[in-house]
Amino acid sequence: MKVTVDMTLCEDHGQCAIAAPEVFRINDDGHLEYEGEPSDELEEYVEEAADVCPVQAILLGA
Amino acid sequence: MTSDQRVVVVGASMAGLRAAEQLRSAGHAGPITVIGAEDHLPYNRPPLSKDVLAGADPATAIELAEKLAFRRRASTADVEFVLGDAVVSADLAGRTVTTESGSTFAWDGLVVATGLRPRRLSLPGPAAGRHVLRTVDDCFGLRSELATPRRVVVVGAGFIGCEAAATLTKLGHRVTVVEPAGRPMERVLGADLAGAIQRHHEARGIEFRLGTWIIGCTGEDRVDGVLLGTGEELPADVVIEAAGSVANTEWLDGNGLDLTDGVLTDNHLAVVGAERVVAVGDIARFPNPLFDDVPRRVEHWSIPTDTAKRAAATLVAQLRGEEPADTSFAPIPSFWSDQFDLRLQSYGSPALADEHSVEEGDLSGLPAGALIAYRRDGHLVGNVAVNLPPARQRELREQFSTLVPTA
Repeated sequence: MKVTVDMTLCEDHGQCAIAAPEVFRINDDGHLEYEGEPSDELEEYVEEAADVCPVQAILLGA
Repeated sequence: MTSDQRVVVVGASMAGLRAAEQLRSAGHAGPITVIGAEDHLPYNRPPLSKDVLAGADPATAIELAEKLAFRRRASTADVEFVLGDAVVSADLAGRTVTTESGSTFAWDGLVVATGLRPRRLSLPGPAAGRHVLRTVDDCFGLRSELATPRRVVVVGAGFIGCEAAATLTKLGHRVTVVEPAGRPMERVLGADLAGAIQRHHEARGIEFRLGTWIIGCTGEDRVDGVLLGTGEELPADVVIEAAGSVANTEWLDGNGLDLTDGVLTDNHLAVVGAERVVAVGDIARFPNPLFDDVPRRVEHWSIPTDTAKRAAATLVAQLRGEEPADTSFAPIPSFWSDQFDLRLQSYGSPALADEHSVEEGDLSGLPAGALIAYRRDGHLVGNVAVNLPPARQRELREQFSTLVPTA
């Protein structure tokens, strides 16, 4: 699956990194890094990460 | 369960959308109709007290609602949305709901997701110039009065009042916040952090009038000031009423439910006294065994997502004629708030605490970071982090995943 984060919206709340740590990570500078094409097996967690993003910056595709 | 069983979701905000998504995830294949009072598809509300109040973009409420609209999962592509038509009554025994326009919808399962509305103040004086802040239309009405620097009185120093006050102060408006009960956000944050935030905000230009309340508005055709219980008169071009919320339960009257404060549910979000009816979001008053067995409404942004998942599982089981899973539902409450250069992030329920302590940092220097722990009967029930690095979120949340359930 494809994951895109709108970095103009992202405010580094870090909730995605709690929901799907295999895909989203807050780096040592406090900013988001993410895997753009995670395995489909992680879909449930990635959906959850998109749900809990306070600024709704995470877009998912097939 | 047969695939023609229909679920009606009453309420088309975040809770209604999450309910529809989670019904699909839980295996409900039948038709879903989501009915909402607003004209807009579900959208994200937190920006309304922040960035959106600044500037003139987008130009219309419709465009703003589209910009803030939640993405919709593919699984909900066939969900029907009926918008701009509030449900006004329900017959839970006959399994129907009826809307303002007179349409009646039959259902096999019902989701209550009508949420809250701002509590309006009953005040003598003109109404023009008085605003609340909940919907995109509210936000537009307020924003249209803020094109030039204004004198603004915010009534209520809760989170919405404080966020709006900070945003408007940053935009160059002169803001006074009136609050009868303690310091800003004190009911949740406790006196020490609330006092520190008050000083932080005062240093940036917000004035507070604490321990008094608004008793009237002055002006002819529109507000030009407010009267306080102390006798003080404050000049005001704009008044923002941020004095709490009322649950939208009137449409459920006459069905024998406990609607004392929201809709009473069991721990699985099944509405007590009804069959095949669940409640989702900040209208649901449910017990959380992380803390105790007292049912409470929770107004945090995270609650629709948490409750939708469990409520959908409960309703799907009931539609199949099965008992819902008996594992307890114990979501970890969380909220955040951005005010000036401060970001507050909380896990647990600080409002339940009887004592609190500063674990890290210094309340006189909040921007550099602080962590406050909240305890009840000696047990940790909540924490609030101010400006701590986002990489610490997991650790702060996990302080509550190890609590021993009491029920």
